[in-house]
Amino acid sequence: MINEIGHYALVLALATSLIVSIVPLIGARRKDAAMMALAPMGSIVMFLLVLLSFAALTWAYVVSDFSLRNVFGNSHSMKPMIYKISGVWGNHEGSMMLWLLILVLFSAMVAFFGRNLPDTLRANVLAVQGWITSAFTLFILLTSNPFLRLNPAPAEGQDLNPILQDPGLAVHPPLLYLGYVGFSVCFSFAVAALIEGRIDAAWARWVRPWTLAAWTFLTAGIAMGSYWAYYELGWGGWWFWDPVENASFMPWLAGTALLHSALVMEKREALKIWTVLLAIMTFSLSLLGTFLVRSGVLTSVHAFATDPTRGIFILALLMLFIGGAFALFAWRAPMLKSGGLFAPISREGSLVLNNLILTVATATVLIGTLYPLVLETLTGEKISVGAPFFNMTFGLLMIPLLIAVPFGPMLAWKRGDALGALQRLYGAAGLALMAGLVLYYIENGGPVMAVFGIIIAFWGMFGALTDLWHRANFGKLPFNVAWRRLVGLPRSAFGTALAHFGLGVTVLGVVMVTTYETETVLEMKQGMAADAGGYSLIFDGIRQANGPNYTEEQGHFTITKGGVVVADTWSSKRLYTARQMPTTEAGIVTFGFSQLYVSLGDPTTSGGMVVRIWWKPFILCIWGGCLIMMIAGFVSLSDRRLRVGAPTRRARPAKLAMEPAE
Amino acid sequence: MIRTLVLALMLILCPVLPAFAVNPDEILADPVLEERARDLSAQLRCMVCQNQSIDDSNAELARDLRVLVRERLVDGDSDEQVIDYVVSRYGEFVLLKPRMSARTLLLWVAPVLLLAAGAIILLLMARGRLQPVAPAPLTAEEQARLEDLVRPEPETRRQNITNNSSP
Repeated sequence: MINEIGHYALVLALATSLIVSIVPLIGARRKDAAMMALAPMGSIVMFLLVLLSFAALTWAYVVSDFSLRNVFGNSHSMKPMIYKISGVWGNHEGSMMLWLLILVLFSAMVAFFGRNLPDTLRANVLAVQGWITSAFTLFILLTSNPFLRLNPAPAEGQDLNPILQDPGLAVHPPLLYLGYVGFSVCFSFAVAALIEGRIDAAWARWVRPWTLAAWTFLTAGIAMGSYWAYYELGWGGWWFWDPVENASFMPWLAGTALLHSALVMEKREALKIWTVLLAIMTFSLSLLGTFLVRSGVLTSVHAFATDPTRGIFILALLMLFIGGAFALFAWRAPMLKSGGLFAPISREGSLVLNNLILTVATATVLIGTLYPLVLETLTGEKISVGAPFFNMTFGLLMIPLLIAVPFGPMLAWKRGDALGALQRLYGAAGLALMAGLVLYYIENGGPVMAVFGIIIAFWGMFGALTDLWHRANFGKLPFNVAWRRLVGLPRSAFGTALAHFGLGVTVLGVVMVTTYETETVLEMKQGMAADAGGYSLIFDGIRQANGPNYTEEQGHFTITKGGVVVADTWSSKRLYTARQMPTTEAGIVTFGFSQLYVSLGDPTTSGGMVVRIWWKPFILCIWGGCLIMMIAGFVSLSDRRLRVGAPTRRARPAKLAMEPAE
Repeated sequence: MIRTLVLALMLILCPVLPAFAVNPDEILADPVLEERARDLSAQLRCMVCQNQSIDDSNAELARDLRVLVRERLVDGDSDEQVIDYVVSRYGEFVLLKPRMSARTLLLWVAPVLLLAAGAIILLLMARGRLQPVAPAPLTAEEQARLEDLVRPEPETRRQNITNNSSP
């Protein structure tokens, strides 16, 4: 019964979304307030209906209702409760439901927080959100319906893929989708602006908080996925340039560019057309990512051809939305007037450089991901494009960007002083050079590229701090005055500095791990010791253990340094009984930012175990930097200026005018 | 979540996840050769996996390929010879970093082309915008009006105008 209610609510949501797609749009043209008012109301109703539907599906998982084919295929009655719930989005149908839920959540939030938007703009934005909602609800109902029944109902389910039974993966999809789908709001705003043929700085101010929120969640989602891959897959890799990873990385890159170009537009009314285009491209890449992952086209062109219903449906959606948006853009964009002249050396100029490099980087990842697919379709020839290609091309593109980052915030709007900025950055450059050489010395040398990379990383970090230092005017003003100025800086200034600092931290982690990681593969018998990263690991033996739905072999290791025991760890191999599928639970010991990573292999014929030990120097910096960037996003979101776009109270225009122009 | 499907498929093809990629019995005694073998392995694709190098993969086939690479290295092949040999047996598909050829030209030059195109467009735009446009010369009518406007005293008038228009 509950399942039918959920199913029915989904159908009603489709009907509602169709109304929201059409009526407010007509209302906006006729300036009919009643018709436009349908948009916010309908969006909230849509959200409630999808929420009900999603709750019904979740309930089916919680009570293990195996009469639903979806629950049968992806759950098990013995599974811990958290994984029963996360199992809802651990499969295709459920994840599309989550996608939809987050989409309508964003619509409802625009409806709720956007009360100070002009009526026509709000009606148009919500109508565009309505189009996306209709399309995806239709997709779920026609090709990926999670409410289909099985008769007779099986007594036991087939269990969720064991490697997905992990707290990291329980939260990874919701975070990722909050980012992916969050960009739909930017897309809708862009399309609405094109429909109205009008766009101004206020538009950028309304769009920025949504971009920022989506970007922040996407950052968190990607970092979480990377960390999960690191500890769960058992070989300590943290980024594989897998097409599926690229699918989430491309919207992130484009979103980062959008974040920066919207800034120019908000402050200076320049780059209008470009910002609109970027907003469309960012969400298009999110859609493309969904298509790539969901259609099975990545695994093989042939897999796509054998069961093409879903793929063709998403492909049609893709062409409709992306093609439609670009056509609209081509038609209407010339009507948007651009303003705000600036010199090449200026804040705007540096943001344009940022956009150029990020866009080319996005395109490089896109081309690399799709090239094998296109080539095979056109010529039948199969090639691979993998990590070595991306590391080389993407890495080279990032170098000038990373060098340029500290300059950006130092330059004035309109016309900047490159020499002055450089002079203010001398300190940061000196410190970075020193820190780089010290680390290089500690690690006993290494390739020259390593010391170069380390210096760039520290340059980013110190450059970000220098920005705050100069804004507060430390060194020129007495300390307590400067301190008060620092505390009084707008939150967005802290957001910028923190995000750039975090970027430096991530780069440091990447360079250090790539260069100085060590790997030891050996056969160990009980009592044997092995060295890694200056520590000694003693293998104490193996024991058997049982979990709720798996059995486990646990190896114990004692870690010593200079003969003193400093830590110990368990590294295990699990066998999930329902699917007879093994997984590794690596033993990970943290020392400062670095980690020892121990993985257990197969028993050898001579009675030992194959053991793999990695020393991962500064590895935590990779995700630590992402965490800092994420915090930066939230700090910036809490800036007063941005709350104008999403105010809980009614913002007073008088206050706006008093904000420092910066 | 996003990688679930692909991972699931990858796991079907590369079944024994916890077993290691490189096993102790494969490792060469000569550390220099082993280092080269690892570098080469990282560039070769496991044919049955989803985007994994043979260095990372646990599949049987990847193991065979790793052993093959090491055999060739022990026999004294150069890195290029090993790669050529593997490609001759398994095709270009095995290379994770495709070689430059007519077919892959676009892949390799695209980033450079895009960067150059973007830079040129920006340069042109910046020039078009920033070059101070020389003011059009005044028409006779405007000139007369200007003369009217700047006529403080009759005797200095001519002087003023020649001064204004001379630069």
